[in-house]
Amino acid sequence: MFTYTLRRLLFAIPTLLIISFVIFALLDLAPNDPTGDLPLTIPPEVREQIRASLGLDQPFFFRYLYWLQQFFINEPLNILERLTGWQFGDGTRMRVLSWATRSPVVDLIVQRLPQTLWVVGLAYVFGVMIAVPIGVISAYKQYSIFDQIGTFLSMVGYSVPTFFTGVLLVVIFSSWLQWFPSVYDTNLVVNDFSSFLQQIKQMALPVTVLSLFNASQITRFVRASMLDNLHQDYVRTARAKGVKEKSVLLIHVLRNSLIPVVTVIALGVPTIFSGAIITEQIFRVNGLGQLLIIAVQGADIPLVQTLTFIFAVLIVLFNLIADVLYGILDPRIRYD
Amino acid sequence: MKNLKLLLAGTVAALTFAGAAAHAERGTDGDLKILFWQAVSTMNPYLSGGTKEVYASSMVIEPLARYDEKGSLVPMLVTEIPTVENGGVAKDLLSMTWKIKPGVKWSDGTPFTADDVIFTWKYCIAPDGGCAQAAQYEGVKSVEAPDPQTVKITFTEPKPYPYSAFVGAQSPVIQKKQFENCVGAKAPGCTSANFGPIGTGPFVVKEFKPNDVITLTANTNYRDAAKPAFATVTLKGGGDAASAARAVLETGEYDYAWNMQVEPEILAKMVAAGKGKLETAFGTQVERINLNHYNADPSLGAKRSTKEAGPHPSLSDPAVRRALSLAIDRSIIVEAGYGAAGKATCNIVPAPAAVASTKNDNWCLKQDLVAANKLLDDAGWKKGPDGIRAKNGVKLSYLYATSTNSVRQATQELVKDMWSQIGVGAELRNASASVFFGGDPASPDTFQKFYADVEMYTNNFDGTDPEKYLAEWLCDKVPGPANGWQGQNIPRYCNPAYDKLLGELSKTAELDKRAALAKQLNDMLTEEGAHIPLVHRGSVSSHSLKLAGVKMNAWDSELWNVADWSRTK
Repeated sequence: MFTYTLRRLLFAIPTLLIISFVIFALLDLAPNDPTGDLPLTIPPEVREQIRASLGLDQPFFFRYLYWLQQFFINEPLNILERLTGWQFGDGTRMRVLSWATRSPVVDLIVQRLPQTLWVVGLAYVFGVMIAVPIGVISAYKQYSIFDQIGTFLSMVGYSVPTFFTGVLLVVIFSSWLQWFPSVYDTNLVVNDFSSFLQQIKQMALPVTVLSLFNASQITRFVRASMLDNLHQDYVRTARAKGVKEKSVLLIHVLRNSLIPVVTVIALGVPTIFSGAIITEQIFRVNGLGQLLIIAVQGADIPLVQTLTFIFAVLIVLFNLIADVLYGILDPRIRYD
Repeated sequence: MKNLKLLLAGTVAALTFAGAAAHAERGTDGDLKILFWQAVSTMNPYLSGGTKEVYASSMVIEPLARYDEKGSLVPMLVTEIPTVENGGVAKDLLSMTWKIKPGVKWSDGTPFTADDVIFTWKYCIAPDGGCAQAAQYEGVKSVEAPDPQTVKITFTEPKPYPYSAFVGAQSPVIQKKQFENCVGAKAPGCTSANFGPIGTGPFVVKEFKPNDVITLTANTNYRDAAKPAFATVTLKGGGDAASAARAVLETGEYDYAWNMQVEPEILAKMVAAGKGKLETAFGTQVERINLNHYNADPSLGAKRSTKEAGPHPSLSDPAVRRALSLAIDRSIIVEAGYGAAGKATCNIVPAPAAVASTKNDNWCLKQDLVAANKLLDDAGWKKGPDGIRAKNGVKLSYLYATSTNSVRQATQELVKDMWSQIGVGAELRNASASVFFGGDPASPDTFQKFYADVEMYTNNFDGTDPEKYLAEWLCDKVPGPANGWQGQNIPRYCNPAYDKLLGELSKTAELDKRAALAKQLNDMLTEEGAHIPLVHRGSVSSHSLKLAGVKMNAWDSELWNVADWSRTK
């Protein structure tokens, strides 16, 4: 198992390098321009100077190598300096700077990560917590009223986009009932009960929207996987031996059914980090999804490049984790 | 007795109200919550020319003089506006002198001097700095300080309209002490200064979260001791225009929201909730359809839309250009897409009132299909079996491009329908705004390349003087491969008489003569069909009914008088 993990990790390095190059090339080829959003009153000569000051007049390959150096050497050194207090070199290393804000990209990401983890992460946890029991009961009582309603709701949750449910909830709960705020206050500091309550309130709507979406996806997996196992021979054997129905379901069937579900959940974790672009935008949660979409719209290439690359790293990493988990959970699977 | 009590209560209330007004104090009205649906990226407008950055920073850093809501100049950090009459502008128009108000302080308590003004100029013109507002300092030869309270600007050539450098929200003065080590290539590295510039304005940046939220507090060193009424400002960014409108007009969570680009009927419903109102201000924005004067046939390849391609086979006919304009019912376009935020116009310079022409309003503002059809008939364009007019094998069928935006696509549909009534066909196309306006010379979809027969977008000019703007239609400003597609004469209009008249404008100093010339130039463009002006667009913002003092301004930052804003009690 260890050698397998090590081998996979080594393989990840060329994979990620290729991914970073593809992302960079794609962004460079896209007909976007960081000065495109500026008012037309800014004349072309000035735009040209702005582009030059961003380094856009340099050749493509040079810019790519420069980014590699900034991202893989300068930024880690910078983090190390901050953590240890040591000084490497003269401290004039150029960090990856966002074009729109002209501030270090990593700082922007660090500033936004907590909100994404809280809102999107919590929604993921809630989604899983809702999905598993519904999936189990749906499968166990296949074609019952509960199953029908569960299937219907998960289909609705899966097929209705978050930009619809989000706005719907805002109209109902913010505009009409005025129970929850429609705008996420990112300056809120939780230091007493009332601010805690305020935080719960402002998280309620985005978390609901995303939980619904996550739950409906995972429910389908749990139900399908449970159904596969319920008709297996070992279930009949267990029942024939006189094992209690509860134990059959929750110990024998559920544990086996969760093996594929766990990998699905693990593979979904990177999507937490990439944020929920639409939901964050609707509720103005300053998370990574919103950061990415603003960067894309403003053709802020260093920011898009760095963010998408970090997502790529997470996806590669969680693929590995899912594979390893699979081996741990299912003794039949061996990689060595 | 009851009446007396009521009367007394009323008097007391009136007295307290009057008292509050008379003894207004700084920071008594709590938090002002502003919503920008496009988040602010930096507080340094020299590093980002975006409107949102210019507006947000205008609460903190100020220019020497600003435009008020009527478009007239008001002194901010100076004693008066220099003119030739008061001796502030030299008779030869080669220099001007600003006198700084005594006692103006930066928010850190240090005095504001002419040195800071000189530094601002040097900061923006520094090579490799990529200063977004460099155009504001065009033609400035030097900025000097004869004494700490006086700024003398010398121009390279006579400047009949000298109010550009240090005037308006686009060129505020920054502090030398703070930015001294941030000049040129070093500018982007100064993150803390760019996010929290020290200014002379009513508010000071307390915390800046890029692309998200800005927290500001009242400037304790602000020159008017009674202002600002608000203790803090929270400027939140992100989301979309409709939900921003909702947060002010329906849920009342915010006091002010900028740029309500929302369908008129949706906005009207939100206003009906009774929590807020809309404010519209008309500046110089005009949505227009440019008519390509060069041939844009795709078969010409790289030559299309350049001089080598030759004149456009049908749009070079003045009758066609006139007919295309006559066929359009501007009032329907305004009603459908703009509501209160638009007015039908036939001018490319629609404002200020002094330079807005009315000469062509009689024939152009009203749709006249009969006249349009007759013009085309007389010019020999005959309707074919498909209903499209043609002459010598040339069809009146056009590729109509614009940027992706729901209002623009709706307008395209309307215009296409109107043109079909005079036998003109149109194929509609749209490109993402960041591509269309991006100016990437490698992209075929930019508005500069104009690989289409007609294209629609909005443009405007800063301030109130149209000279620089009108110069965009000069023959030598035609974009093409030779200048990297960088010219601003997008319709490829070229008329030596126009060039000559513009030369006259650049030598004229008297304001009324300048206005007359500007009108003449504007009329020339409309009459000769360089483009078809459609809608004079206003900016619309919304604010809570509890917010007083908002004076919507299209000539400067919308937040230009935020120091005077207060909460109604």
